[in-house]
Amino acid sequence: MNTRPEAAPLLSVRGLAKYYGTRIGCTDVSFDLWPGEVLGIVGESGSGKSTLLSCLAGHQQPDRGEIHFDGRDLLAMSEPERRRLSRTEQAFVHQNPRDGLRMGISAGGNIGERLMAVGARNYGQIRETGLDWLGRVEIAGARIDDRPSAFSGGMQQRLQIARNLVTAPRLVFMDEPTGGLDVSVQARLLDLLRGLVRDLGLSVVLVTHDLAVVRLLAHRLMVMKSGQVVEQGVTDQVLDDPQHGYTQLLVSSVLQV
Amino acid sequence: MNVASADNYNFAYLDEQTKRMLRRAILKALAVPGYQVPFAPREMPMPYGWGTGGVQVSAACLVPEDRLKVIDQGADDTTNAVSIRKFFQRVAGVATTETTTEATVIQTRHRIPETPLKEDQILVYQVPIPEPLRFLEPRETETRRMHALEEYGLMHVKLYEDIARHGEIATAYAWPVMAEGRYVMTPSPIPKFDNPKLSDCPAIQLFGAGREARIHALPPWTKVVSLDFEDHPFQASKADHACEICGSCESYLDEVITDDQGGRMFVCSDTDFCSTRSNAQQSGAA
Amino acid sequence: MITLRNVSKTFTLHNQGGAVIPVMQGVDLTVSPGECVSLAGRSGAGKSTLMRMIHGNYLAASGEILVGATDVARASPREILALRRQVLGYVSQFLRVVPRVPTLDVVAEPLLTLGIPADQARARAAELLSRLNLPERLWQLSPTTFSGGEQQRVNIARGFVHDYPAMLLDEPTASLDAANREVVLQLIEEAKQRGAAILGIFHDTEARERVCDRVLDVTGFTPGLAA
Repeated sequence: MNTRPEAAPLLSVRGLAKYYGTRIGCTDVSFDLWPGEVLGIVGESGSGKSTLLSCLAGHQQPDRGEIHFDGRDLLAMSEPERRRLSRTEQAFVHQNPRDGLRMGISAGGNIGERLMAVGARNYGQIRETGLDWLGRVEIAGARIDDRPSAFSGGMQQRLQIARNLVTAPRLVFMDEPTGGLDVSVQARLLDLLRGLVRDLGLSVVLVTHDLAVVRLLAHRLMVMKSGQVVEQGVTDQVLDDPQHGYTQLLVSSVLQV
Repeated sequence: MNVASADNYNFAYLDEQTKRMLRRAILKALAVPGYQVPFAPREMPMPYGWGTGGVQVSAACLVPEDRLKVIDQGADDTTNAVSIRKFFQRVAGVATTETTTEATVIQTRHRIPETPLKEDQILVYQVPIPEPLRFLEPRETETRRMHALEEYGLMHVKLYEDIARHGEIATAYAWPVMAEGRYVMTPSPIPKFDNPKLSDCPAIQLFGAGREARIHALPPWTKVVSLDFEDHPFQASKADHACEICGSCESYLDEVITDDQGGRMFVCSDTDFCSTRSNAQQSGAA
Repeated sequence: MITLRNVSKTFTLHNQGGAVIPVMQGVDLTVSPGECVSLAGRSGAGKSTLMRMIHGNYLAASGEILVGATDVARASPREILALRRQVLGYVSQFLRVVPRVPTLDVVAEPLLTLGIPADQARARAAELLSRLNLPERLWQLSPTTFSGGEQQRVNIARGFVHDYPAMLLDEPTASLDAANREVVLQLIEEAKQRGAAILGIFHDTEARERVCDRVLDVTGFTPGLAA
């Protein structure tokens, strides 16, 4: 994590709301995310956490509220600007790596795509960067020309992370990044993510329903229920001394091993 | 001319309203080089894939004073070229020629003539698939957005994959180009040897895709750049031989199999260029 | 360095009829730089609760919890996170780490989050681990599989790897043999020497008598137990 005092939050959200007809997707969401912080969002299915994430990432247009990224008004941005931002300073890691990877294209091509999209035109350098990132996510360099379809689920997820981080984004959205993985693979991925967050000073918005994952990965936690934020604070405080009835129920419902 | 006289058809087969519609599309395409303009193609008296797009564009451009040349893979004498030439002879009554320098409108499939084009000429390409991003992104809604937002990273991903797999960019034809620094377009499936001729061309270049209902264009003197990598630059290449008929080392060659024992010869694909050179050599020798 | 004024704590059990359980009230205490204070009181009196409140792990219901210039009772999550990184160290009895991360990196992590280069951080971690007699062959293994005493030493190494100006120690000598207990007591003495303010729970009487300057009985702050 970055220790320099930062003058302003990287992501600032005020009064965000999204409705599906008369049904509430999420409402009254406000928070600030500072550089280097990982914000976990937990809640059961249908609590609005995925709606919130897709509004933040620009996949959906909220009905009300404001989102500022690094001082820029995201909702007032033109589509080209917004899309450029989502390829450069922002990134999105999907739960299912198949949604975030091009399965018919080699691992190197997958990592290189964002670089080429922002103008990289030197094959040798693109490949070198690809090899470097494969190393960082612990995939053997010899696999650079293999397609992701030949990779295990854990490797695919690590490749998706490499593909997203190659342009050094400052803000990464993650939707259940460890969902669907074996427990041992999950641990390895968590360790990798923690290291990347720390070394690159990333800010992360992490949506999950896995409380063990947020405890290890998130600095701060936001609990959602029925589209509203019922509680937020330092992660271990929210988990160990939950103030809201719903959070208390959520925490006490976790099976212990 | 036979019994079905040209008098029974409107000039150049299509009715005037259709030609107006086509001309509007062509003018718009010329105004935005490389941009694919939708149009409403008509049923033509030939199957899709035989050049219905090119024929409609030619029909919209032709005036009675024009002299038409039609080539298929560079040759004036192949079935496709002969049929289209006869078609316009019959329905437009225009003069035809096989000589590049004499033609005012040239309809082509898969080649650009070797003889440099001039300012008063129009080159009409028959295009099967006008969307260069199609094989990378199947959704039309998405490719249109990608063009609109200049999101062309994917195009280079394709070239990257070529080099990763084959050690070089293996694309030999339909090599994608950037028109006037803005739109990525397919040059129709011309061999990459012809790509440099697209740029700074004095003639008007029109691309018609009948089945896909798209027209794109390059106005004269448009900058056209073949996409590549700094360390794997675009190179126009051809078979490393001289033409066995005219001896040219500069023209694009067809490989012709001559027998069942593996015998082969290389000859110019551009028949007019080849015969013009051979005739000059013979008259020079005489 | 650590000052509590009129701090109270209640738990509200929303899922059990909204029962409100007061667990602490009227807590006043001060720990100065270079001082080590032990919390006393029988089990359940609220020693750990108090430590957790200072750490920001439990929310105080009222009062002031000053650690340096930060009022933990009112600070934003971001301020608490910064406080924990730079100012306030915590040695708990439990080790909570990502499985499979090597012990050396677990210990070095607090330094890495401060932006100290990895080689320096690992060197400092190695120094502490060898001082605490953790065999070098274990350094590259995850501590999740270690014995209680080994895990405790990893926890201590992690807590002392950075020179925190304020520290919370929850039974730092528990489940340690004599030699390692001695190392821990030396570490505490050295921390006092450099001016750290230390608040701890010491059931180990000898240890308490050796390193603690004062003992504070929390029974007086416990509703229902007082007087």
